[in-house]
Amino acid sequence: MKTKLLATIGVIAVAAAALTGCSAGTATKTEASCTNKIVNKTAPQVTVWAWYPAFEEVVDLFNKTHEDVQVCWTNAGQGNDEYTKFSTAIESKSGAPDVVMLESEVLSSFTIRKALVDLTEFGANDVKANYTEGSWKDASSGESVYAIPVDGGPMGMLYRKDLFDKYSIPVPTTWAEFETAAQTLKTAGSDGVLVNFPTNGRAFNQALFAQAGSVPFVYDSTSPTDVGIAVNDQGSKDVLNYWNGLVQKGLVTTDDAFTADYNTSLVDGTYAVYLAAAWGPGYLQGLSDADADAVWRVAPLPQWDAANPVQVNWGGSTFAVTSQATDKKLAAEVAIGIFGTDEAWKIGVEKGALFPSYTPMLDSDYFTNLEYPFFGGQQINKEVFLNAAAGYTGATFSPFQNYAYDQLTEELYSMVQGEQDGSKALDDLQASLVKYATEQGFTVAK
Amino acid sequence: MALTTAANAKKALSPPRRAPRRTGIDRMDRKRQRWGWLFVAPFGVVFLTFLVAPLAYAFWMSLQTNTLATGTTFTGLANYVKAFSDPIFLGGLGRVGQFALIMIPAQMIVALVAALVLDNLSTALSKFSRLMIFVPYAIPVVIGALMWGFLYSPRFGPATDIFGLIGLAAPDFLAKGSIFASLVNIVTWQWAGYYMIIIYAALRGIDPAIYEAARLDGANGRQIALRVKVPMISSSMVMVLIFSLIGTLQFFTEPQVLRAVAQGAIPVSYTPNMYAYSLAFSYSQFNYASAISFSLGIVVFIGSYLFLFVTRKQSGLK
Repeated sequence: MKTKLLATIGVIAVAAAALTGCSAGTATKTEASCTNKIVNKTAPQVTVWAWYPAFEEVVDLFNKTHEDVQVCWTNAGQGNDEYTKFSTAIESKSGAPDVVMLESEVLSSFTIRKALVDLTEFGANDVKANYTEGSWKDASSGESVYAIPVDGGPMGMLYRKDLFDKYSIPVPTTWAEFETAAQTLKTAGSDGVLVNFPTNGRAFNQALFAQAGSVPFVYDSTSPTDVGIAVNDQGSKDVLNYWNGLVQKGLVTTDDAFTADYNTSLVDGTYAVYLAAAWGPGYLQGLSDADADAVWRVAPLPQWDAANPVQVNWGGSTFAVTSQATDKKLAAEVAIGIFGTDEAWKIGVEKGALFPSYTPMLDSDYFTNLEYPFFGGQQINKEVFLNAAAGYTGATFSPFQNYAYDQLTEELYSMVQGEQDGSKALDDLQASLVKYATEQGFTVAK
Repeated sequence: MALTTAANAKKALSPPRRAPRRTGIDRMDRKRQRWGWLFVAPFGVVFLTFLVAPLAYAFWMSLQTNTLATGTTFTGLANYVKAFSDPIFLGGLGRVGQFALIMIPAQMIVALVAALVLDNLSTALSKFSRLMIFVPYAIPVVIGALMWGFLYSPRFGPATDIFGLIGLAAPDFLAKGSIFASLVNIVTWQWAGYYMIIIYAALRGIDPAIYEAARLDGANGRQIALRVKVPMISSSMVMVLIFSLIGTLQFFTEPQVLRAVAQGAIPVSYTPNMYAYSLAFSYSQFNYASAISFSLGIVVFIGSYLFLFVTRKQSGLK
């Protein structure tokens, strides 16, 4: 194990060298490390890390239409893989790109390390009107704007119409009906279950709590050492105890999300429902081994109180300018401009299945009336996601979000193992987060 | 007095012309030494740049404390005090201790039995078997762990079908209760072949005349194996043990890879090395992560030293 560990470290060292090479490339204006082709070779380059699907076409479009600046794009991994590299680059004070794609939930974790540039001095507020209120709030902290929103994740319920018809299950609109549906499916002797409740759902689990009014964190980068933590509110406990009930009755599975097993279960009919964000359909279409007869439709997320629906968001990403950027003004221009046109968004929507935070696209007739062949021509934006997005007013995440999610996973796993109930899981989570925040030097308000 | 005599005697014996010749030899030695250093230099540069310098830097980092809210301050050994009273770190140490108790004997027994059997055979089959037992070691650890992740999967793995044949439900290899045994299995599968080769090579080094003598004295095959062969290769066995002890205390790759499919059963702080990794790269606590790494290093060093001390007779170090 030791020798191989050393070998692994060697590989990492080589990879790190390659990454450093990328940043050096910015200064010397070589294009060796760009994934894309540089159209205008004399123009200064801005390095970008991003993992959007079909992003190369968006980059090409940007480079073709810009004389003064060119984007040099690298896919440095998805989500945590990229954050790990970015975090290491911050610590080593070199190697970060000029512009980086970040999910809104991790922005505070990087602003507290002074890794991101406040974009207000580079004209961010001029484009504020082009973005939804919720997404703009996610990307800003106090008066500062740390990123330009790109896509959002309003949530809906993707379901297998063929399976619902087969077992005569009406589409649930409330969580009570949802439980009945799960029971009906089980009683009918189906091999599958209605839905999966992953203990490593992270932002997904958090979104379910948010539907019951949970505000887990209060944080503002203008007073960076103060943080409010309230993860064990009664609403969240009720939500979790509801799900634990489904788990203990055997009505839902608790497979880890985003594994090969889970991906197959999503598309082969093991799960009849995929509680998803607006980017979920794109994820679903990218999976193999799909059931050929599958008929997918989208319905709004079930509600706790049908009279007062609450809309929630899962995921959503932004472009931020890093404090290591060589030319911050130019980098900000890229961050604002790359997804700042209808043409770019057309690629994003049609090829990347992204859900824009960019209102000129979001409010367009084209996007509203778009029919999705995967859903049998259903106008999923008009029927579900636009409404869900309009109801989302933004969220605040902690500056130690990764730790909070890891702890949540441990508590949820312990709960579904039958070791504790939902209330105790969240009380323990609260205690461990308060302890951690205090150790990290924060003043904690509960 | 004796010294003076000896010196005088030496002076008397050496011819006067010797002195200049000796400086000539010294110069040649020095020249040789210079070449020696030159040959060692490429290794030296790599060793200093990629091992000594990072170690020194990490130690320096471990003496400082950095929290998210308050920035970096020099705190001396405070991080080490925190590490050795950190229940997560100590819990991880306890877990690798349990792994050591189960995993090392498992690997040793498989390796020893395989080596003893192969040593007795001299057919084409034995060469083939030797290769087959060794093959898992040739597979990179990450690939091996990924592969086992699929074999353990209830959907892709063979267990569901095999147990289905006799009408039973397959166990969930990735559940909290079984993940320990699943990991022991992966490591034994991967490393037993490597240890087998070391032990086998040692067995090959024994003079066969000794077996003949034992046989003439009336020893049977089992007695030769256990009373003659095993004691004669005890130094190799100690080496194998120390390899696997260090490897087990640094347990990282297999659980880290398997965590991708069993995040509940394998928390981020499952072993001390995983804890250090997640502290540094997930929670950006590079300073405390350095301290945890050094603390683990201290434990490994003390553990190895104690072990070598206890087995000094068997290993031939005494």
